[in-house]
Amino acid sequence: MLEVSDLDVFYGDAQALDGVSLRVDEGEIVAVVGANGAGKSTLIRTIAGMHRPRRGSIRFRGTEIAGWPSHRVCDLGIGQVAEGRQIFPSLTVAENLETGAMLPRARASRRSSLERVYHLFPRLRERAAQPAGTLSGGEQQMLAIGRCLMGAPELVMFDEPSLGLAPAIVQSMLAIIRQLNREGLTCVLVEQNVAVSLKLAGHAYVLENGRVTLSGRGEELLRDDRVREAYLGL
Amino acid sequence: MRRILEGASPRARVLLAALGALLLAAPFLVDSYVLSVLIIVLFFAYVGQAWNLMLGFAGQLSLGHALFVGIGAYASAALFVHFHLPPWAGVFAAVALAVLAGSVIGYLGFRFSIRGAYFALLTIAFAEFTGIAVAHVDWLGGSGGLFLPVSNRAHDDLANLRGSPTMFYYVILTLTAGALALCSWLLNSRLGLYWKAIREDQEAAEALGVPLFRCKMIAVAISSGLSGIGGVWYAFYYNNLFPETTFGTSHSIELILATVVGGVGTLFGPILGAFVLTPLGEVMTALTEGIGIDGVKPFFWGLAVAAIVLFRPSGLWPWLYRLLALGNGTRGGPR
Repeated sequence: MLEVSDLDVFYGDAQALDGVSLRVDEGEIVAVVGANGAGKSTLIRTIAGMHRPRRGSIRFRGTEIAGWPSHRVCDLGIGQVAEGRQIFPSLTVAENLETGAMLPRARASRRSSLERVYHLFPRLRERAAQPAGTLSGGEQQMLAIGRCLMGAPELVMFDEPSLGLAPAIVQSMLAIIRQLNREGLTCVLVEQNVAVSLKLAGHAYVLENGRVTLSGRGEELLRDDRVREAYLGL
Repeated sequence: MRRILEGASPRARVLLAALGALLLAAPFLVDSYVLSVLIIVLFFAYVGQAWNLMLGFAGQLSLGHALFVGIGAYASAALFVHFHLPPWAGVFAAVALAVLAGSVIGYLGFRFSIRGAYFALLTIAFAEFTGIAVAHVDWLGGSGGLFLPVSNRAHDDLANLRGSPTMFYYVILTLTAGALALCSWLLNSRLGLYWKAIREDQEAAEALGVPLFRCKMIAVAISSGLSGIGGVWYAFYYNNLFPETTFGTSHSIELILATVVGGVGTLFGPILGAFVLTPLGEVMTALTEGIGIDGVKPFFWGLAVAAIVLFRPSGLWPWLYRLLALGNGTRGGPR
């Protein structure tokens, strides 16, 4: 479904990604793990069209999308839930959700998407008229996910969905991602919480200093000594 | 109208209708002095609305809006003086040139990611150097100023914008009402939601697929075009234009102060702000007249403005809106 090959991304002179290749099949959950500054967010942002790669290709369902602007990438069905939630605090919950469904592909199915989001997160329906800034951290994360789903995506990239959330809420967030995946959504999960994301993922990639240093099935990586030592502290 | 009133309580509807009726009847109710104050109030409300569209809706701070007003004013006035082109035709040139200037600034700012305060500096720079350039162009009157022929006519001549204060009052009232309706419509449109998303969090908006560059360019174009129209009115009302006062930063600040006081990002903020600030200035003038020290009026006026901004940092309108309970609870906040 998504095939990234030999991606080089620079911030000025500093190289953020160095020959990164990755493959996501339809219906999968793929995890990208790595330390802070390894290039995980850069990878997501480059796929989403918010950064132009210097070299390499990004193909989605066979279409080369490297260098496309973000609104065209979104309109193909690639969504992202950005790091740190990034909701619009003074807009209401309903308005926030509406901003997710503005592109041509999403507009037609706006009503059914909204019903789906409200069904998934009943709390958002209760708070529809409230400014989003008044929501709790967990509710804001629900809103960020809901807003992304309003765009009727086929592939969603989650950037640190558990960041700054209480453990119980992290569990329900991951349960939601698993449920969305069962309903047919392909997911890319970027997490610092390595143990959790590797358990969830079919395939996983370990990113270090902008390079993919390890990849394989999630459970295999969980048993890998290098991973256990570097990320799980075992 | 329906959109403006969306989310408003019956009380707000009554108040708005009463305000509209009062403004329509004002020339028959008040003397010429009060009318002249009302005219200035409406001009600031109008230009404030145009400026608000850029900062309040789309999140782009301009501190050089005198540029667009000035371009509109100079373009229409020069065409009138040199070619006897009536302002209703000159306004097209005025808008075209103002939008062109806005687009150049917008293009430079948004393409090269000049944001926030740096973008504001860019707008100041353009306004200032345009003022300097105009001062060196004899065709535009140079530094001595450009003057429109004043002739006393028995009848108001709307097509040439020559006539009584009452005529100018109704023209600027129409413009203000039109700008309010346009902004209200835009704010509720898809574009308006894009703008608000950009204003709140540009990164998040981009991640959702909001076409940043296009949306911001449209905001600048509409804002500068509306300001250009305001400039035409300004030129024909005052009949004289001087480069430093027209394009100067102090003029830009003057144009936006009402909106800052009234409430950035709200529909009625620019109007309320203008209705507070201009009369406040007049009252200060009256109070300080007897003292006979230069600068006493601007000092106290500045003090009053500082107090308002200090105690009501999000503007007077959101506060008044809650105080009078104008909402019916279906909308998030004051509009």
